[in-house]
Amino acid sequence: MSTSAKETNAELAAQYWQAGEDIHDAKANVALPIDKIWPDRQFTSRLVNPANRRKMTVIIVGTGLAGGAAAATLGEAGYRVENFCYQDSPRRAHSIAAQGGINAAKNYKYDGDSVYRLFYDTVKGGDYRARETNVYRLAAVSANIIDQCVAQGVPFAREYGGLLDNRSFGGVQVQRTFYARGQTGQQLLIGAYQALERQVNAGTVHMHTRHEMVELIVADGRARGIVTRDMVTGKIEEWFADVVVLATGGYGNVFFLSTNAMGCNATATWRAHRKGAFFGNPCFTQIHPTCIPVHGENQSKLTLMSESLRNDGRIWVPKKAEDCEKDPRQIPEQDRDYYLERIYPSFGNLVPRDIASRQAKYRCDEGLGVGPKVKEVDSDGTEHMRSRGVYLDFSEAIQRLGKDAVEKKYGNLFDMYQRITDENPYEVPMRIYPAVHYTMGGLWVDYDLQSTIPGLFVCGEANFSDHGANRLGASALMQGLADGYFVLPNTITDYLADSPKFPKVDTKHPAAILARQDVESRVNKLLSIGGERTVDSIHKELGHIMWEYCGMERNEAGLVKAIGLIRNLRKEFWTNVKVTGVNEELNQTLERAGRLADFLELGELMCIDALHRRESCGGHFRAESQTEEGEALRHDDTYQYVAAWEWTGEGHKPVLHKEPLIYKSIQVKQRSYK
Amino acid sequence: MKINLRIWRQHNGKEQGRLVQYSLDGVSGDMSFLEMLDLLNEQLTEKGEDPVAFDSDCREGICGQCGVVINGVPHGGQGVAQPVRTTTCQLHMRSFADGSTITIEPWKAAAFPVLRDLIVDRSALDRVIEAGGYISVNTGAAPDAHAVQINKKRSDRAFDAATCIGCGACVAACPNGSAMLFTSAKITHLAMLPQGQPERVLRVKRMVGEQDALGFGGCTNIGECAAVCPKGIPLESISQLNRDLIASLFKHDGKDD
Repeated sequence: MSTSAKETNAELAAQYWQAGEDIHDAKANVALPIDKIWPDRQFTSRLVNPANRRKMTVIIVGTGLAGGAAAATLGEAGYRVENFCYQDSPRRAHSIAAQGGINAAKNYKYDGDSVYRLFYDTVKGGDYRARETNVYRLAAVSANIIDQCVAQGVPFAREYGGLLDNRSFGGVQVQRTFYARGQTGQQLLIGAYQALERQVNAGTVHMHTRHEMVELIVADGRARGIVTRDMVTGKIEEWFADVVVLATGGYGNVFFLSTNAMGCNATATWRAHRKGAFFGNPCFTQIHPTCIPVHGENQSKLTLMSESLRNDGRIWVPKKAEDCEKDPRQIPEQDRDYYLERIYPSFGNLVPRDIASRQAKYRCDEGLGVGPKVKEVDSDGTEHMRSRGVYLDFSEAIQRLGKDAVEKKYGNLFDMYQRITDENPYEVPMRIYPAVHYTMGGLWVDYDLQSTIPGLFVCGEANFSDHGANRLGASALMQGLADGYFVLPNTITDYLADSPKFPKVDTKHPAAILARQDVESRVNKLLSIGGERTVDSIHKELGHIMWEYCGMERNEAGLVKAIGLIRNLRKEFWTNVKVTGVNEELNQTLERAGRLADFLELGELMCIDALHRRESCGGHFRAESQTEEGEALRHDDTYQYVAAWEWTGEGHKPVLHKEPLIYKSIQVKQRSYK
Repeated sequence: MKINLRIWRQHNGKEQGRLVQYSLDGVSGDMSFLEMLDLLNEQLTEKGEDPVAFDSDCREGICGQCGVVINGVPHGGQGVAQPVRTTTCQLHMRSFADGSTITIEPWKAAAFPVLRDLIVDRSALDRVIEAGGYISVNTGAAPDAHAVQINKKRSDRAFDAATCIGCGACVAACPNGSAMLFTSAKITHLAMLPQGQPERVLRVKRMVGEQDALGFGGCTNIGECAAVCPKGIPLESISQLNRDLIASLFKHDGKDD
């Protein structure tokens, strides 16, 4: 690639963003060896004495693995915790849907695993776009998570000897993944939920279900509270605290169709962004390779199947387009293309998610996809009917291991597949296709997990911190629980140590009055438009734009076009959306409209971020930057940094701050899974 | 296909509700039951009517947020021609014949007041867990995960009980409005594990006591709960709870145990 391919032309830059000053983490002492940094930070972080803790209030938004674990742990420590979630119970947070497992550097399999190897795999898997100090800490505390969960009664899979079982997962060569059948997320979340309910019982945590955070209160330069809307009564209310923690998950629903839950949204993080929290790497989204293909126009969400399926299933498409409509069982071995095994002989079907996803897209683009055809409009405006699916075949595994063994391992996933598609995967190969699954980007945080707003901490998927440009399988659960149980409770004390000096804040503070007014005027505006289009129809349109131009493959012309389309769509939304009902009732249309309003702004920033990064890395594949074999080509000399975006107001260009990534403990390489 | 619907509409907890008829065209067999309701809501919204409020979140059958009574059966899976063990969100329209009439109501139980249309307040289930459905171990206080080996059979039994998603279908199906299957699932999960033993006696007393105080009915072994449970929590869990409860009566409120 020539130099011109990697450097964004200045005209484009001037049109969409402004350059800002570099940004740095100031909390980790990088002069120390990497394994000494976390113990050092735990020691230098100031403490709060137990008698003072009960006078301090911590707001935590979200009750998933990160939020639930943090709320329980801070409750145990004796703080007053106000915990919020939009669901009807904290046990419903979307962490529950994670299936495959959780990584930990226990080395119980004695296969060469270590903290360093987990760290190495995570940084490499993230394509060298994560901060090494944070990732090392994640690997270091991973073993404690398993201990904690087992003590809580989480029923991880065990061997007959009574010890814990492990399996391997995409992108690595050791067996370090702990699992609980296909419901690891559920079991871990129930563990955190039970710890949380124990604190509710103890009176340290106050739980507010069906409450949606709709604004952040920043008073005198610090995050001091939030505004919520009670989703049953519509009551808008201010809450105040010494510190605010967001653990509100990712923004995959910007694509409308994703594997996220229906309610997952970016409102909390986006409202914080508008109040001064920088947004890190928003274009880094993960497309998961093993999802059930789209069935039609009225589909509301996509269903993921654990990629543990790739351990025993073999992925293929017919070699000849004329075979695509045939019963796959009738296609002889020599006419099948096991393309991952062919292109990546050493990792085969276990290549990282971004590679597996993109290869599936290419096969379908070439007309070798299988399953029902769906109508697609290409960027040149032409319409095509294409099959979007590839086979995931267990016939060889069933022969090798027997049907019973396969059923034991994957039974619930097979059942789920059959229920949704009405096809029996023991008989006919599954059909899979990639779907939006996880967002590596999120609010920028330092080593303490503090955002650029003092007193606003961000945990779990909501922050940008640990996965770089691509997340490895079984690492999301690890990060959520690491942040919630082991990182935040140690770092937040350093901030809280100063809180007795904070000025008092209540509903009469100008910042609180303003925040409340903003919320009320937004709600009133949404209810008064009275246009023609439903919220979902606009959301679907946004999703199409994002998937087409900011999905698995991106290019300059497409991203520029997408930004224009999103701006027009935003205008359409604010002048032509139809929101029925009133505020003072349970109004699900109003809830969705508020979330979509924020997605319509975030979607634009994602495209701008994708436009500015003229390199391919991890989940971000720029067509302009690939090797001769069509693999992702990074440009470390130009783009080895975190893009931290600053909000400058509606209709104003965001400011790009760069956090240079310096790797002292790992050698930066071009990723290769061949 | 075309479907006729009779849906419970109730503006809020204070007002009376009633069944309202709708007819819906363009339903495909591949749609999930909730996608069918999405389609209805899109059409109602376009007409300027209030859409039907219903709960759902993951739509993968795991979060437990969805749940309505379909033709008299919680989650509906046991009431269709080819019965399936499922949550509402994983029931598909191919289970219904073209032209059929479907009645949709909220969970009906004294402990679950209606909030709007098909949405009820199930927070009483959280209160039951709060009363003792946990193992008391603070963060950071855990020994190494391999310090205690656990018999695989018992571990598997703990797992079977731990698959409960807290959807409340068992309560809705029970003529007594009892939460015994829900409570016993947690009792069994924790009773099977060595880590759950120290609080075992106290736990069962507290959880059952709380359940009674919250207005859930008593169990008379009817078994409707286990029949509709989307996760197949076995009825034997209730026997386990009863055994533990009876044993606890001979012990000093558990604290000295």
